[in-house]
This record gives sequence, C-alpha cells and structure tokens, in this order.
Amino acid sequence: MKLDRRCFLALSIGGAAGTALTPLPWKLTDDLSIWSQNWPWTPVPDKGAITYTHSVCDLCPGGCGITVKKAGDRVIRVEGIEDYPVNQGGVCILGIAGPQLLYSPTRVQKPLKRIGNRGEGRWEPISWQDALAMVIDKLKTLRAADKSHSVAGVFGRDRGTVAQLFQRLLTVYGSPNFFSTPSYLDNYEMTLYLMHGMRASVGVDAKNADFILSFGSGMIQGWGSSVYMFKANSLLKSTGRVVQVEPRLSVSAAKADEWVAVKPGTEGALALGLAHVIINENLHNSDFVVNYSTGFETFKQLVLGKYAPETVAGITDVPAEKIVALARAFARARKPLAICGRGQGLTPGHLSDYIAVHALNALVGNINRQGGVIAIPEADDIDWPEATMDAIAVAGMQKGRIDGAGSSRYPHSRSLLNQLPEVLNTGKGDSIETLFVADVNPLYTMPDAEATRAALAQIPFIVSFASFMDETAQMADLILPNHMYLERLEDVPSPAAYPANIIGLSRPAIGPLFDTRHTGDVIIALAHALGGNIAAAFPWQDYPTCLRETLGDKWNELNRKGYWQGPEVAAPLGFGTFDTASSKFEFSNPDLNAALESQPALPQGDATTYPHLLLPYDTMRIASGPIGSPPFLVKSVDETVLQGNDVLVEVNPKTAAALQLADGKPAKLKTPKGEAKVRVHITEGVAPDVVALPRGLGHTAYDDFLAGKGVNYNALVGMTEDPVSGLDATWGIRAKLSKA
Amino acid sequence: MKQAQNHTKNYLYAMAIDLDKCTGCGACMVACMSENNVPFRRDETDQLLSMKWLRVYKLTNGKAYPDHDVCYLPRPCMQCAGQHEGHSPCVSVCPATATDYDQNTGIVSQIYTRCFGCRYCMAACPYHVRLFNWWDPVWPEGMEKMLNPKVSVRMRGVVEKCSFCFHRFQQAKDRAYAKGKRDIDEQDYQTSCTQACPAGAITFGDLNNPSHAVTQLVKPDHKHHGRPQAPHAFRLLERLGTNAKVYYLSSREWVRKMGDNYLKNEKQAGSH
Repeated sequence: MKLDRRCFLALSIGGAAGTALTPLPWKLTDDLSIWSQNWPWTPVPDKGAITYTHSVCDLCPGGCGITVKKAGDRVIRVEGIEDYPVNQGGVCILGIAGPQLLYSPTRVQKPLKRIGNRGEGRWEPISWQDALAMVIDKLKTLRAADKSHSVAGVFGRDRGTVAQLFQRLLTVYGSPNFFSTPSYLDNYEMTLYLMHGMRASVGVDAKNADFILSFGSGMIQGWGSSVYMFKANSLLKSTGRVVQVEPRLSVSAAKADEWVAVKPGTEGALALGLAHVIINENLHNSDFVVNYSTGFETFKQLVLGKYAPETVAGITDVPAEKIVALARAFARARKPLAICGRGQGLTPGHLSDYIAVHALNALVGNINRQGGVIAIPEADDIDWPEATMDAIAVAGMQKGRIDGAGSSRYPHSRSLLNQLPEVLNTGKGDSIETLFVADVNPLYTMPDAEATRAALAQIPFIVSFASFMDETAQMADLILPNHMYLERLEDVPSPAAYPANIIGLSRPAIGPLFDTRHTGDVIIALAHALGGNIAAAFPWQDYPTCLRETLGDKWNELNRKGYWQGPEVAAPLGFGTFDTASSKFEFSNPDLNAALESQPALPQGDATTYPHLLLPYDTMRIASGPIGSPPFLVKSVDETVLQGNDVLVEVNPKTAAALQLADGKPAKLKTPKGEAKVRVHITEGVAPDVVALPRGLGHTAYDDFLAGKGVNYNALVGMTEDPVSGLDATWGIRAKLSKA
Repeated sequence: MKQAQNHTKNYLYAMAIDLDKCTGCGACMVACMSENNVPFRRDETDQLLSMKWLRVYKLTNGKAYPDHDVCYLPRPCMQCAGQHEGHSPCVSVCPATATDYDQNTGIVSQIYTRCFGCRYCMAACPYHVRLFNWWDPVWPEGMEKMLNPKVSVRMRGVVEKCSFCFHRFQQAKDRAYAKGKRDIDEQDYQTSCTQACPAGAITFGDLNNPSHAVTQLVKPDHKHHGRPQAPHAFRLLERLGTNAKVYYLSSREWVRKMGDNYLKNEKQAGSH
C-alpha cells in the first residue's frame, strides 16, 4: 500500500484524536499522581503521652540499663540510662532494635501444642491449664517410673532467680541435669578455680587499664558487656593502648593501636612466649610473684624451656623481635591487662589459652586491683532454705549428670551442654525423656547442627519456654511462651566480665501483649502441682513474691535505682583473696599443669581434602546468640557481607586468584560437616587460605527479613572437646572453597 | 533575604565524628531508623535502593595482609551551607522548594508533601545522602506500633534524607519555652545517632557557640566557610566547597586522604 500525504495526515490526526478520546491518557496521568502521592495508606502513628520506663536489657549477658520510651501504650524506642554504671547512657545496636522484637510477627502468642511432625510447623492452640496439666502428667509418670533423672533443662544462664528456680525444681524432683549455655565465661571460671582456688566469675576492669592485650577477644564486637567495653575502648584512645592478637583483621584489630596477625589457634603459645620474655628479662612484678604466688619456678621452667621467642615465632608466625617488643611494652605498662576468648566468646575455646593469658596478668601482678582482672566470688544473692529431698529425689541426684560434668573425667566442669548430642546419639549414657528449653536456641547456636538435630529427635517430649518461634521451638512438642524482656519483671545477674557484682532489675515497660506467662510463674505452678516435698520447696505464691523475698533487703534499692551494686570486690591482695591450698595464687599445680600441656586435636579435617581454613567472626550488626537479628539489624549489614540471600565469605586475593574467583562471585564451601553456597569477598584482611564467615546468619526460623539469608557457621563446624574441661575448644575447621 | 526575619538566636548545628573511636557497630544507623520511622524491606542488600539516612561506609587502606587496615565512616546528611550561606547543592536545584536551608539552624530541610519526586536533588548531592521512596513503606503486621509520632511517615514517590533530627530541635525549643528559658542548652538538642553511639564517637552541637564540644573539637574557621583548623579534622570533599557541617577526626593519614580526591603524592589539605 502506498502511503501518501493525505493518508499519513489522516492516520496521525485520527490516531491522536482517538487516543485523546480513550481514557488511556487520563488513566495514566491519574495513575502517575496516585503513584507519586498516594498518602492515605501510609500509616499515621497515634499520638499519646510520652512516658519512660527504666529497665535492664536482657537480650544478651551485657546487662545494660535501658529506658523504654512509650507514646501512649506503644513502645517506640529504647535508650540507655545515663547514670547506669554498666553502660552509662550507651546502648548497642540490638538493644535499640528491641521494639522490633516486641512487635515481631515471630512472637509465640499463646501456648501451642504440636500436631504435625516435628519442625513441620503445625500447631494447635492449647489453654494454659491443659498445657500445664500435660507437663505435670508427664513429670508425675516419669517420677513414678523412677526415671526422674531423665528430665533435663537447658537455660541461657545458671544465675538469676528463674534459672535457680528451675534448678531447684529439678533437684527436688530428682534430676541433676541442668544445663546452661557454655561460653568463654566457663573457661574463665575454671581458670580462676585452678589458679585462685575459688569459684568466681571474671571481672575485667578495662576502663582503668592502660594497656589491653587482647588474644582475639572482640572488645568492640560484643565480648563482655558490649557497651562497657566500647566505652573502655574509646577511653583507651586517650589514656592507653590496645593490642589485638588475632588471625583476621576484625573490627577490634583494625581499631586497636596495633594488630598482631597470628597463625590461627596459636594464641596460647604466643602468650607463653610473652611470659618467657617477661621472666627472662626479669620484667615481672616480683612483689606479686614472691609474696602472693606459688609454683612460679615450675612455670618458669616450662616457659623458659619450651617457649623461647624464636620457637614461638615458628609456631605463631609472629616475628621474634615483635614478640620481645610486645612483652616489654606489656610488662612496662602501669596497668597491663590481658584478656582471652575469641570474638564474642560464644565458643568456649581451649582452657590452656586462658591459663596462659591469665598467667600473664599474674606475672605483672595485675590481679584483684583497679585496672586488672578481678575474681568476683560467686554471689550468694539467692539464699533459699535447703529443700527437703525425698527418696526418689536423692536417688535421682545420685545418678550423676548425663554429660559427665563433675565426674572423674571432667572434675572441674559444671555443665557441658556440648557433650549432650554425642551422649544421646551414641546411646552410651542415660536417655532424656523430657527436656525443658528456655532462653536458648541450641539447634541454631550449637556446633554440628546435624548432630544436635538428631539428639533432639531422640527426646520424646520437649517443652519450650520460647518467646519467639526459633529453630528449637519449632522442634518442641509444647510451647509455654514466656513474656519477652520488655514485658517482664526479673532480676538480671551481673553482666559478663563486668568488674563488679551488680544485679539489675528488668521491669515491664508494657503489659503482656499476648497470652504469655512468666516462666518463673510457670515453674512455681508446676512445683505446686507436683505436690509433696516439691511443692514444699516452693513456698511462694507466685514469681513476684519469690523475687521480692529472695532479694530481701536489696529489693528496695533495686526498685528505686534499678540496680544493686555489691561491695567493692577487689579485695586487697593477701589473706582470703586466694583460696588455694597455699592461700596464694598458683602458677602451677598438678591440675593446672595437665591443663596447660593438653592439646585438643584441632582443627578437624585433613589438609589434603580441605586445603583451606574456615574461621567464624562476630559482628555487632548480626545477632549471633539465641535471639535472631530483627529487621533493622539485617538492614544494617554491609554489602560486603550479604548480597541478596547469599553471604559473602572473606578470602585473600591470593587464594581467590588461585581458585579463579572474582569478587562477589558464587563459590562452594565444603567442610567435613557440611556444604554451603556462598559468594566471595576479596580482602587483604584475612591470610591466604583462610575463609572467614560471619556468625548469626543462615536461620531457618524467624521472619522473612532474616530466614534463609546466608549460612549458619554452626552447621559447617563440629565439636572438638577440650581434654580437661570437656568444653568445646573449636576455633575453626578445615574447609574447601571452590568455584561454583 | 531571610536575615530580615531573623530575630531569634542564630545556631549553626554541626557534627564531629571521631573515626578513631567509631567501631562500625551500626548502632547509629539503627537509632536513626528507629527515631525517624525509616522503613525496611525483605532485601536491603542493594545499597542504591536501601533507605538509610545514615550509612556507615567501610574504608580500607588497600595494603596487603597483615598491613591491611580498615576504618568505618558514618555518613549522615552533611547539611551543606555552600559558598554563600544557603547555597547547598540540593537546595539550589530543587524546582519545588521542597528542600530549604534554615538560616536559624544551618539545617537543610526536606518537606515531603512538596516534593514531587523529580530527584534532581539526588543528582546534585555529592554525598549520595538523598534517597528516593520507590515503594510504599510497609511494616509487618503489628510492627507499625513502634512508629515515632514526632516524625511523619513518608509516602512513595518522594525523596528523603537525614534532618539532624530537626523534630528534636523543635521539641527542645518547646521544652525551653515551657521552662521559661530563652535559649536551649547543648544537651537539650542531640540527634538520635549522637545519643545512641555506644563508643561516644559522635559530638553534636552549635558551631556558633565556642563552649560547645563540637566547636572545640574541630575549631572551625568561620572566615573560610568553617574549614576545620584542628589537626586530624577534615570534611568530605572539602575542595568542592560544599561547606559541609559534618566533620571527621582521624589520627590516620590514609583515612583523612580518603576524604577527598587527592593526587597520589599530594599533601592533605589542612593537615598541620
């Protein structure tokens, strides 16, 4: 067809007129304005009177004082309390995101009973009355069958009234199997037990030290009470020096005055090398060594004989002259302080490392004094009358712990949760018939996730007190949801590694949003229903009464100030500070020497199949404990850590070049325990052949903002026990990274 | 122009961030999101689309292991004054007067209901501070309860950015009036990120007030557009002449040099 001028004009004018007559342009303009200014569906927050409630944060062992800001009946913000001794107005990233946890769709809103298969996620609401009746029935049946010791409880901590109430319930019921979450604090406790002769928790007076030598501890990654350590770190910028010994350039290493890049797993040897130089050059504090310690000669022979700087340089890859210089700088500082426990200390690590590092503190005499390491004797805050035990309870308690803690094999340990999967999976020990789980998420946080899953599968009845539907709660048979921390009244025991004994009071900022119950109340109700001696051991009507009576004369102060601080514990050196046989600090004794010379077989895996080394790292921006990261935290994660749903592992350019991997490209990460799809982030912050993976990702539970993103380090790593403590000594695992 | 109506005290609010103390923990980012009702989506890993008023950048010195070094740099809105007070890069291009330079506080405002989303300001901003709302803000069911009533929630189709928590300034003024005070104190008005920083790395205050910590930290040279005179203090892209009001402090030279486009062997400007 020929297109002449007339036809062309008719078509174009007709077309324009036609288009103008259709609703299309008007529809498009309308859409455009709606698209750009559609306001009615953006929420308008309700106004309301602004009020504040003082409380204590219970999301991690940091124990920060917080004030919860409300508008009317809505919690809108969490801030730090200026005059709270631990955090002095500061608050961490997770603490600030607290309201997102309160209003999270992953909250367990009412008691639930499993109806589908485990992990299938099919639940049926059940009344509190029926739920408690189910538990009581189970407990009564087991007890009648002389199986009281097959009931166990895993709690987040062993201190505080709620954990103690549960432990008391287990004891009078007839089971020794109370577990708490293992961490670096267990190793510290054991180190103090072996060297100071007393059961004490560690306190680190970081703010008054002038030289902090950190053996991999993430001072600004959540080690200790995170905000306290942050403040100390900032203070040291003007008053002192921080040296970080670590194989990877962590934030703590980057921000330290000096980073000593050490071969993975050899931190303990480096500490002994430093001890060698200090003793050899007579730089140690002779007053402390002569007057307040014993066993120095044996220790001296060990380090002088085996840990000369040249030898240690060969072990650690740290040049000998650097070792000498570091030892001199440390010993000559006014208040030198050495700390231990990798990253946030989630994996306890090797006991001998802690002993070596603590020996450094003793050599410079920086123990139990300002700016030093303080042994805080176990608090006697909870002083309940001895419960009367019946025959079943006595028999149950005599059976001994299922994990072997306290037995002749691990005489100094108190709880070895990490041993539980193996005991259950091999069927060597007793079985567990009923397990109670509170404030923990072992299925996610324990190494060797497969073994943990298999172990949990063997327990016929699991009761969870979870506030959130986490991985472990999904495996439970019954969920008795606790109030979350912003809704409950509870004592918060002394913060991790804080240099004083301080009890905080967590107060409800808002009434319970859902049909949840305080775990303390549930424990008391269970005890009362079990009757007899068990009920008699719980003479309180409810949990608030128990808390008030337990805290006794501290209650008024706690209620007024929000915290109670114990007397100065930095006892002057001398009588009573050390409770060893010699009443002195012990550099050596048979148990100590055995521990110092023990070597766990690490890392797992053979070097030919797995040429690389997988190391975990901790970051404040990802919650790696039982609580999953709320959406704000996931949003804050760097693009060098997460891209889409893929986690990026840190790889040295040399390793990447050898594997022909470009930055951001997908790769396959295989370890003896598992396999995962990752992407690579090429950085000079890790040594060649090392692969670094952040902890806290790879959740299968929680909301869409977190679940399915990245890889869980614990699913790729196994458990390697420390031969003396029985705790998990693992710091990494052999791995193979290859092009996907 | 606006000086005529200036019968109240003139403030010049500024921020100094100590990069030696900054730990890169991200508490400032989350404190900002929680205070300013910043929405979040399922996937926030594309940083060009991720709505963050304050973003923490990671800088590296580029050296090989183990001489490698990393520094974190939090970046709020720089509240540029420009070469002539009020000539901020974004303010001077906005066709809708949706963004303006407040002569009383030195803060660059953003009026969402005026913005029609042309994104000219985003192109003009040399710091990538401004972000566009490509989507409606949606909160998971129940989570909209945590929204701050003092900050309006933004709709799809507008640009937004850090306001130095201007609503807190207004609240501080209200509180001062209620108490019968004519002036507000340094602690009365602090941004959310400053208040939250657990390392105490952020200092916020009035550069016109010599007693404020921020003035003492950066020692601004008011004759030269507030250029910092303190050693170790610098501003981002100083030589563009944006006259930014966010200052950084770092004892590491490579960090200070990252603040601007230096030639290889050039000396860092303003370092003493």
